[in-house]
Amino acid sequence: MSAPLLTVSHLSKRFATGDRRVAALEDVSFTLDRGRTLGLVGPSGSGKSTLSRVIMRLLEPDAGSVIFDGTDLLATRGAALRKLRGRLQMVFQDPVAAFNPRTTVGAALDDPLRIHAIVPRRDRPAVIARLLDRVGLPAALAARAIHEISGGQRQRVAIARALSTEPDLIVLDEAVSALDVSVRGRILELLVDLQRERGLAYLFVSHDLGVVRAVSHDVAIMDRGRIAEIGPAATVVTAPVSPIGQALVAAVPRLVLSPQDAPRA
Amino acid sequence: MIVSVQDLTVTYRGSPMPALSGITLDIAEGERLAIIGESGSGKSTFGLALAGLLPANTTMSGTVSRAGDRAPVGGRDIGMVFQDPGTSLNPVLTVGEQVAEVARRHLRLHWRDAYRRAADLLARVRLPDPEKALRAYPHQLSGGQRQRVAIAAAIAANPKLLIADEATSALDVLVQAEIAALLRELVEERGMTLLFITHDIALASTLADRIAVFRHGQLVDIGLAARVLGQPEPYTAELIGSHLDLQTPPLIDRPAA
Repeated sequence: MSAPLLTVSHLSKRFATGDRRVAALEDVSFTLDRGRTLGLVGPSGSGKSTLSRVIMRLLEPDAGSVIFDGTDLLATRGAALRKLRGRLQMVFQDPVAAFNPRTTVGAALDDPLRIHAIVPRRDRPAVIARLLDRVGLPAALAARAIHEISGGQRQRVAIARALSTEPDLIVLDEAVSALDVSVRGRILELLVDLQRERGLAYLFVSHDLGVVRAVSHDVAIMDRGRIAEIGPAATVVTAPVSPIGQALVAAVPRLVLSPQDAPRA
Repeated sequence: MIVSVQDLTVTYRGSPMPALSGITLDIAEGERLAIIGESGSGKSTFGLALAGLLPANTTMSGTVSRAGDRAPVGGRDIGMVFQDPGTSLNPVLTVGEQVAEVARRHLRLHWRDAYRRAADLLARVRLPDPEKALRAYPHQLSGGQRQRVAIAAAIAANPKLLIADEATSALDVLVQAEIAALLRELVEERGMTLLFITHDIALASTLADRIAVFRHGQLVDIGLAARVLGQPEPYTAELIGSHLDLQTPPLIDRPAA
């Protein structure tokens, strides 16, 4: 059994608001293996976005450690950190805000290839075309402005950009929450296919337990900065043990197709 | 019947395509009608058209006729709750002023009585400590609490029709379930008619008597919820097929392609 790709131990983070100190993360620990998805759910303010930002090194925790493929991520600085960053990628909820609004699709994908010096300049157009093709977009889209394409296409470009540095882990923070359901389904299928093909690990952050259930091997439920429970997705979803887990499962709206199973008021 | 819409077509200024085309439907008094659709389906435009809130330079054809002989007044005859209570409430007025203002203007109450009514309404929407909330500003409340305030303001003048446009979509799942339950209760106890606009087919299925399905500005289907979802049109079947809940077989369990 090889070591986990990601080992998070005893992470804590407090924010000061006025004269109060609010615990955003309180002794959070978990592991994530290659090729697996950990779904992270919880009500707003439960700390799930803070946790993903700490793992991405966008935020410094007060205590705890993050070991990524044997390297202490929080102790890594400078050139070593920049090198490591390519192996950790993130896709955000709002693809409009996640791109430079004046850029083109091609330039958005060229940036990481150049910054991380992955491919020589002359080979980049071909690599960009391959990336676009892999996320189901035509190569001709490279010339289009980011603001001209649809929301679903933009999120595919965000995924292509994340893939460009050949990461081991992608943090998906509400990455499908802003999409229409028909588009959402195809993006989730793409993510699952990419995981199988490349052995990617995902930290899938979402408020939507139905979506998390569809793509996660394991699920962690967060509440007030702590992990209230964590386990195989099927177990957590069918038999949650924590009060917050039970409340979240009960709150998922159920599609009522026939009047027999309708809870009539 | 509370509203009858005949052949309604709406085109926003500068847009080549109508946002709504040829919509005909009736809303019965006391019913809960859900409008479901994806982005660009025209569902929000429909709500705005009913409330008379479309921008002045919008081209409209067809008719929207309402019960009664006087023209309906927004806020008095039609209450509206929007998706984001952070932008639908005035940030520089207290919660009490905003709810009391509706009662003062439309029910012609004095401020003192209007405030008393606002306090009752805030208690009714189960805002913790309603007396204190009267003096609070919107930014001092959570998203769910702000949406409760927006609902209290929307129902303050006893409107006959309550339009909720994605009113629970920006809230987390736990708060969403509470707000949906609150809307259901209020509509029932006050005999209001509810127009519930949502992208969430499951939420619509639990809340509505009838469902109308919009797509690209057109009405795809309308009928009793059990009929629209039980014998779905092809597009409705697609929406049902795309729905993910805890009963959906997980994607990761699919055999590899």
